[in-house]
Amino acid sequence: MEKISSENPSIEKTKFIKSKGLKDKPHNYCPGCGHGIVHRLVAEVVEELGIREKVIAVAPVGCAVFAYDYWNFDVTEAPHGRPPAVATGIKRILPENFVFTYQGDGDLAAIGAAELIHAANRSENITIIFVNNTVYGMTSGQMAPTTLLGQKTLTTPHGREVLRDGYPIKVCELISVLDGARYVARGSVTTPKNVLTTKSYIKKAFLNQIENKGFSIVEILSMCPAGLDMEPLETMEWVDKELIKYFPLGVVKDV
Amino acid sequence: MKKLIQGNIALCEGAIDGGLEAYYAYPITPQNEISAYFAKVLSKQGKVFLQAESEVAAINMVLGTAVTGHRAMTTSSSPGISLMQEGISYLCGCELPCVIVNVMRGGPGLGNISGSQQDYFQSTRGGGHGDYYHIVLAPYDVGEIYEFAKESFLLAEKYRNPVMIIFDGYLGQTMEVMDKDSQEGRLNVKLEEKIDKSWVLDGCKSREPRKIRSLLMVEGMLEELNWKLYEKYRKIKENEVRVKLENVEDADLCLVAYGMSARVAKSAMIKLNNEGYKIGLIRPITLWPFPEKEINKVADKVKKFLVVEMNLGQMVDDVKIAVCGKGEVSFYGRPGGALVKESEIIENVKKFLSK
Repeated sequence: MEKISSENPSIEKTKFIKSKGLKDKPHNYCPGCGHGIVHRLVAEVVEELGIREKVIAVAPVGCAVFAYDYWNFDVTEAPHGRPPAVATGIKRILPENFVFTYQGDGDLAAIGAAELIHAANRSENITIIFVNNTVYGMTSGQMAPTTLLGQKTLTTPHGREVLRDGYPIKVCELISVLDGARYVARGSVTTPKNVLTTKSYIKKAFLNQIENKGFSIVEILSMCPAGLDMEPLETMEWVDKELIKYFPLGVVKDV
Repeated sequence: MKKLIQGNIALCEGAIDGGLEAYYAYPITPQNEISAYFAKVLSKQGKVFLQAESEVAAINMVLGTAVTGHRAMTTSSSPGISLMQEGISYLCGCELPCVIVNVMRGGPGLGNISGSQQDYFQSTRGGGHGDYYHIVLAPYDVGEIYEFAKESFLLAEKYRNPVMIIFDGYLGQTMEVMDKDSQEGRLNVKLEEKIDKSWVLDGCKSREPRKIRSLLMVEGMLEELNWKLYEKYRKIKENEVRVKLENVEDADLCLVAYGMSARVAKSAMIKLNNEGYKIGLIRPITLWPFPEKEINKVADKVKKFLVVEMNLGQMVDDVKIAVCGKGEVSFYGRPGGALVKESEIIENVKKFLSK
């Protein structure tokens, strides 16, 4: 839908133009899920930078594997946690193409922690879009490496405990100490302002790759109402009030 | 031109002559000569060499290069190949061509660093999850290592499927004369049609976007993929079986062995035949697809088969299936990185024949 007619047919205003980076297909994500917003931001930046025909994206294991049905460019699947290694294999052989991974907190910070750290350390000229909603969504809501202390999940029914479960991992801060990490930023998609700021982070991270600056990662605090067992609006408020306290927003590193 | 060369280095030269474009691997003995060689040579040629952080990462880097339709390879030894099994399952599910080399060592667990053939089951049964197969080539001398490495990419691309080359650590370390101009040992891969590249991901310029996946959630789709793979495997079985038969026509007993075991078995056969025994040798070159029909045909005349392996008895199961009750199948082997002995093969043959 490109144009919406107002009540007066003589005045036609363009209110929303769908990015060419997205296929014209409805998403199957749950109501209130953040993936739809993040997919769109990525697609818009791809279109604005004119790189759609150069993109080879790597989809994760988890709900967002279906990104390959929604984005209007080449996408491959990868085993759980392995997108940074798969992206390395693509970018090394096709350095002129644009390669990014899209990963959740379990994929990136638990099972794929080794691949993440070493891709960053080699300063692979790739970009990682990291969606942190503090929970394993597709498998119905288990504790993630980023689950907050005290947070209740399917596998922490009485809340996450330090002695048993350890601390939530601050991925941006962890990665930023590696010399290979060039651009590290954390945004959220809870308010229009946050959405716009996050989009500017994604754009900067993508430009870094185009300018051959090396490894960039953008963490995006997002909502998973189904996995967190909350109403959509409640989830947004929770991200704004609780999550941001532990995972502060902003550019963590830019060199 | 003839030259003296080590098995592991012959593999490198074969892969380069076969068009290798990217190599990813993690250190493990007994195959470290391979990455040392590629580290020196590939970057100079403008090709990709990368030491991965693990075998898990290495096989997924191979997967990344494979989705672009370029020629990628990884090499490892037994424990490292175990770590790659998840990736190999994905490569088969996504129908991606690539070459994986296992220079086998003794197991289970950390085992040792001697040569072994203990990964036969893992290689020929699809060592990861799901119903899948990949072609398994078993060279038995340095010349064959070179030729198989050279043609393996073509074979992989012909079927959009991984190809695995397996040999034991002893053969990898063996220095012998190789002649690149010789026709011997060539696989002679035949192409009926041009290799299809309409699936590769290289950016959707002037075409519709593509996706590569093995996740098929819609009812019936995964079953459909599995039947498609089944049909592919059927074609591979029909076209790609390779086996070497020696003195089987009027033999009273056939030895069945591959790789290094086949070399020892061959010298035992020669000694026994000089003593007046009638002994043949069946040497499977493709371990999957297995030369089932060929062995079954031999069993029309030959009624005794002694399988020789550097393990506790793995290929012997396939030989029993192939012989299908037409004759007796016996086994001699040594596990744990021990080399089979010519004298023990001879002893076992004589005992078996006198029964």
